[in-house]
Amino acid sequence: MSGIGTGYDLSVSTFSPDGRVFQAEYAQKAVDSSGTVLGMCCADGVVLAAEKPEISKLIEEHSNRRAFPIARHAGAVIAGVAADGRAIIDRAQAEASNYKSFYGDKIPGHVLAERVASFVHLFNLYWYVRPFGVCTLLATCDHSGPQLHMVDPSGTMHQYNATAVGKGRQAAKNELEKLKLDRMTCKEALFSAAKILHQVHDEEKAFELEVAWISADTDYVFTRVSNEEVAEAEQAAKAAIEAEDMDDE
Amino acid sequence: MGDRYHQEAAPHTGTTIVAVEYDGGVVLGADSRVSTGIYVSNRASDKITPLSESVYLLRSGSAADTQAVSDYVRFFSEQHEMELQHAPKVVTVANLVKLMNYQNKHLVGAMIVAGWDSVEGGQVYGCPIGGTIVREKWTTDGSGSTFIWGYLDAEYKDGMTREEAENLVQAALALAMARDASSGGVIRIVTIDKDGARRRMVTPDEHMQMWDDIPEQPIGIHV
Repeated sequence: MSGIGTGYDLSVSTFSPDGRVFQAEYAQKAVDSSGTVLGMCCADGVVLAAEKPEISKLIEEHSNRRAFPIARHAGAVIAGVAADGRAIIDRAQAEASNYKSFYGDKIPGHVLAERVASFVHLFNLYWYVRPFGVCTLLATCDHSGPQLHMVDPSGTMHQYNATAVGKGRQAAKNELEKLKLDRMTCKEALFSAAKILHQVHDEEKAFELEVAWISADTDYVFTRVSNEEVAEAEQAAKAAIEAEDMDDE
Repeated sequence: MGDRYHQEAAPHTGTTIVAVEYDGGVVLGADSRVSTGIYVSNRASDKITPLSESVYLLRSGSAADTQAVSDYVRFFSEQHEMELQHAPKVVTVANLVKLMNYQNKHLVGAMIVAGWDSVEGGQVYGCPIGGTIVREKWTTDGSGSTFIWGYLDAEYKDGMTREEAENLVQAALALAMARDASSGGVIRIVTIDKDGARRRMVTPDEHMQMWDDIPEQPIGIHV
C-alpha cells in the first residue's frame, strides 16, 4: 500500500506533511478488507445487502446480524468492525428517537445521516479515541421518497443512488452502474443484489447473504428479507450467473 | 392583589381564539383585548403570532407565558429549518409548543397552532395548558370560547371554501366578544394556504352587527 506514515500515523489528531490523516485511512482499510456490502435506491424503496463470510462452521446460521432497524422508516447495514458498527447503530437509534420526541415527526434521511456523520467525525478529532472502522449505509423512506446515504470512517457523508463497500466494492460498483435503478422494483433489486454479491465473492469460501429493505411492499417499515425469499433470490442469481458463464464459453 | 371586585391582576389575555381548517388551508381568528383586572390594558393587541412562514400561534392565558413560549418556539423552528433545508411541518412546530407546556407545567398557556405545509395541507393543533397536543378540524380557546362551542359545533362543515371559513371565524368571534367581558376590540383574521399567510382586521363598527333586533322602546316594565 502507498504512503508509510512513519511518525505521523500514531494519532488521529496528527496531520502528515502532505495533509493526510493516516489513522482515518487505516480505519478505511479495515472497511475495505471486510465482506462486501451494497445498497440500492429503487423506484419503490431501498435495498441493503451484506456478504457475511463464514468465519466458523460452529456459528449459528443467520446470527451475527449486520442489518439493523434505526426507526420504523429507517435502517442501516454496516461494513467493517462489527463491534464499532453496533456503537454507531445505538447512536443512530437514539438520534431518531430523540428527533421524534422533540419534533413530533420521523427523522428525515439527510438529517439522520448528518447526525451519524457528525458522531463518527467526533472520533476523528481527539487523540484519546480511535476512529470507527465502519462504513454505515443508511436507508430511509418517507414522504420525500427512498434515500440511501453512506457515512465513512472519517465522518464524511454522501447521498447515493447505489454504492458498495468492502472487498468487492470495485467490481460491485461497476455492476451497479449498469443497472437502471429508477425503473426497478425492490424485488428486482433483491435479485440483482444477490447476483452481484455472488459474482464479486471469492469463490472458494462459503458466505451467507443478509438482505434488508424498506419499500411499498413492507408498508414502508424497514424489514429484514425472510430467509426463504433470500434463498430464492440466491438460487435465481446463481442460475443466471451459470447461464452467463455458459454463454461466454 | 385581588378582592371581590378585581380579577387576577396580572395581564391576562381573557380572550377568544378560533382556528378552522378549510379545503386548502386554515383560518385563524382572535380578539384584541388584554385586561389587567377590570382595566383594558391593551384594546388592540395582536394574539396571532408567526412561528414560521406558514405556521402561526394563537395565544390565550397568561400574556407573558405565551409570549415567552412563542419566542422559544420561533427560535427552535428557525434552527430546525436550517438543518431540515425546508420549512418545518406544522406538526413539528406544534410539538415544540407542546413540549414547552408539558415540561413547564407552571405555565398558563392555552394555545392553538395552525398552518399549512406541503405534506398534510392545512392543519389545526390544540395545545392546551398541561401539555396535550391534539389535531382537530377546528378548535377554540380562551375565556370567550365557552360561548361559541355550540355555535361552531352547529355551523362547521367539512371542506369549506376559504370565504366560508373566514365568515365562520368572524361570526364566532363576534358572538363571543358580545357576551364575554374579557374579549373585545377588533377581530384579527389570518388565513394561511400554500401561498403563505394573509392578515386582516375587522373593526367593531364592521363586526358588531347584532344590535338591529333591539327595539328603541323597551317593551313592558321600565327598568
